[in-house]
Amino acid sequence: MSGELRILPVAFTARRPQRMIERHIVAYRRQWLIIVSGFFEPLFYLLSMRAGLGNLVGKVSVAGTQVPYDAFVAPALMASSAMNGAIFDSTGNVLHRLKYARIYDAALATPMSPTDVAMGEIGWALLRGQLYSISFLGVMAALGLVQSWWVLMALPACALIGLTFAGIGFAGTTYMRGWADMDIVNTATMPLFLFSATFFPAASYGSWAWVVQLSPLYHGVALVRAANAGVWTASILAHIAVLLLVSIIALSIAARRLDVLLRK
Amino acid sequence: MTTGAFRVAGWHLALYRRLWRMNLLSSFVQPLMYLLGLGVGVGALVDRNSASGATLGGASYVAFVAPGLLITAAMALGAIESMWSVMGGLKWQRGYHGIAATPLEARDIVLGHGVWIAVRCGLSATAVAAALAYFPDTRSWGLLPAVPVAMLVGLSFAMPIMAFSINTETDGAFAAIQRFVIIPLFLFGGAFYPLSQLPVGVQWIAKAAPLWHGVIVARGFTTHSAGALWAVGHLAYVVAFAFAGTTLAVRNLRRKLYS
Amino acid sequence: MTESLIVARQLVKRFGEFTAVDGIDVEVQRGEAFGFLGPNGAGKSSTMRMIGCVSPVTSGSLRLFGLDPATHGAQIRRRLGVVPQLDTLDTELTVQENLWLYGRYFDLSRSEAKRRAKELLEFAQLADRADSIVDHLSGGMKRRLSIARSLINEPEMLLLDEPTTGLDPQARHVLWDRLYRLKQQGVTLVLTTHYMDEAEQLCDRLVVMDQGKIVAEGSPRELIDRYSTREVLELRFTAGTNEALAPQVQGIGERQELLPDRVLVYADDGEAALAATHARGLQPESALVRRSSLEDVFLLLTGRTLAD
Ligand SMILES: Nc1ncnc2c1ncn2[C@@H]1O[C@H](COP(=O)(O)OP(=O)(O)OP(=O)(O)O)[C@@H](O)[C@H]1O
Ligand SMILES: [Mg+2]
Repeated sequence: MSGELRILPVAFTARRPQRMIERHIVAYRRQWLIIVSGFFEPLFYLLSMRAGLGNLVGKVSVAGTQVPYDAFVAPALMASSAMNGAIFDSTGNVLHRLKYARIYDAALATPMSPTDVAMGEIGWALLRGQLYSISFLGVMAALGLVQSWWVLMALPACALIGLTFAGIGFAGTTYMRGWADMDIVNTATMPLFLFSATFFPAASYGSWAWVVQLSPLYHGVALVRAANAGVWTASILAHIAVLLLVSIIALSIAARRLDVLLRK
Repeated sequence: MTTGAFRVAGWHLALYRRLWRMNLLSSFVQPLMYLLGLGVGVGALVDRNSASGATLGGASYVAFVAPGLLITAAMALGAIESMWSVMGGLKWQRGYHGIAATPLEARDIVLGHGVWIAVRCGLSATAVAAALAYFPDTRSWGLLPAVPVAMLVGLSFAMPIMAFSINTETDGAFAAIQRFVIIPLFLFGGAFYPLSQLPVGVQWIAKAAPLWHGVIVARGFTTHSAGALWAVGHLAYVVAFAFAGTTLAVRNLRRKLYS
Repeated sequence: MTESLIVARQLVKRFGEFTAVDGIDVEVQRGEAFGFLGPNGAGKSSTMRMIGCVSPVTSGSLRLFGLDPATHGAQIRRRLGVVPQLDTLDTELTVQENLWLYGRYFDLSRSEAKRRAKELLEFAQLADRADSIVDHLSGGMKRRLSIARSLINEPEMLLLDEPTTGLDPQARHVLWDRLYRLKQQGVTLVLTTHYMDEAEQLCDRLVVMDQGKIVAEGSPRELIDRYSTREVLELRFTAGTNEALAPQVQGIGERQELLPDRVLVYADDGEAALAATHARGLQPESALVRRSSLEDVFLLLTGRTLAD
């Protein structure tokens, strides 16, 4: 709704985002293979790092202790797959529904509001992301890469990562002109994936390490790593704060832009 | 090669003129980011580990990875360029039907698209090679012959996938090819570490695909360790894929357009 | 006492510099069937979208059920059924899912939504296609599904933007019948159409729009009486000679109109006009006397032929 409750962060005015999620659940019942296949990409990365690079790299130090390379990258891959999944769900799929399938136009002729639509899409991305996070955690446990029970906290951490990137992805998609712009998404997520202390410690950057902090994924990786190690420090709060802040800004932009686009 | 094929390639060029900026970004910047992230970043960890020197044949890790990235980038580009754009030509924008209504034939369309993909792979491999030549660690005369190897690898994936894309009805399978063929080969195809690190069964699967053959030949060139006969043998395997794919694609397209 | 469901005063819709709807006044009563006619680009759909609360009003005032769409959009939309000009069906879902999931957007319980979906499948004569993916339906079937979907919330007012475009004659008559029944149940109908017979059949009252403005308003009968004669004589001459012969009918009837394919003579007595034509020695290939229709009014008001 355009006029109502604009003082509140726009995300809180969503009343029926669950309807959008219900629609996706029904639609994907026939395409569950697509959902399942999303699980394999991070798994392939993990296995490749473990089998191939593990011997070459040897041990890496995390929070003062030496861990095998696969135990070092596994939490980071879990975090990045939460990012990738959220981006994927909130860009290409949303662009399709927004511009080509025009699913939102139909929804907005009902009591659904643009905020409901935006929050529904983001909720769906989170739901799907949690599915992947849980299965990835299972694989980590099976491979002996879990270091403490605290690792369960990695799930809410991944939900927060998902929220952040689904928001960013959705907001960005509302500015896209067409499919060609999807290349920007790939080119933008790749440096985040590679340079968020995912594959090597931030300390490797020496005096440039602060640049890494600009990547929201870096904060997510730090959270998941802390969860897996079971070592909590005050910096955790800062990481959470950064992610929360980015998601609130991104979600507000997303809902407002959707309003502009759909209610012409 | 027919002149018709070159006319079709020209058609692709005309379409591409509207998109080249973004494409250049993804096919040039992405491999370099991997080089920086994995080659340099992980390289520091690898080179620190004294045990790994022997496994890599004495090369630094970044020098080991660089030719692998050159080749995998060509594979990815070749694969992408033979999926959605082929389906688009047949189903969405229907450009192929437009061409088929002229004296040009299925063979011209397939070869023309192949020429175009080879050019794209060659251009982006040249750009990546130029960037690699800039850094002392990865500088090598072997980068020059590595570029045509990248073009062949690009075709060895593009042509069989094109044959598939012509026949397939929906684009759902493309994502599956990406996820279950291209990405696993990228990760397990010998670009980031010697295949000897992997279980034997996985090694054989990796060796069955043309990627690994292209990677070790390119690496042989850049590290000056390639024998001529050895290189020709591996490249023949790569070319066989491109050739078989082309034959199949022509056959499939002929059926699709004229039946 | 009648209740106004739509009250628009000096309603304006602008897209950037361009004014699509230029200060119209409209009032629609509960239970009425109200039509918007007008050539392509007249501003009908823009008006309908404002009424549907999916397009903000640029200026002027609009009240629906006495509520302001800018602040009570959701409450208003809950009571509306909308069939947009272009189908917005969910092509990834089946026919049945399209209906009941849409019902869920209105907060219907799942069982209630599915029950109504089943009824509406019969209504749209799509029961045997219930499990087809929408993408595989024909254009006319999609249209019928759109109309059925708009009824899932049992709306008080139905907005139909060119509801029968793309339907075959059978389906059109079936739809007219359904709409007529809905009207009898008290549902208010607001529709746009390019079919004059449809407007005459369905609408109690209509407005003719042109370039964003209302150029005439009334019941179909009133409009015909006001803007046309009782009868029309249609003359066809040998191809290519229409233009040359047209001046020779001047003075017959009240008014003459030259169309690309025929010459129209407006007269209260068509037979007399035909006799006068023959008396002047003109030999048309065919001549037809008919009652004046809304189409004649439309042609007069919006400039001869359908624009565009
Ligand atoms: N979103 C938009 N942005 C810019 N201009 C628009 C937009 N929507 C409609 N218009 C313009 O407003 C004018 C009126 O359009 P509208 O769709 O209301 O016409 P219409 O009477 O429904 O015509 P038709 O009979 O062809 O459906 C047209 O000139 C159209 O180009
Ligand atoms: Mg219209």
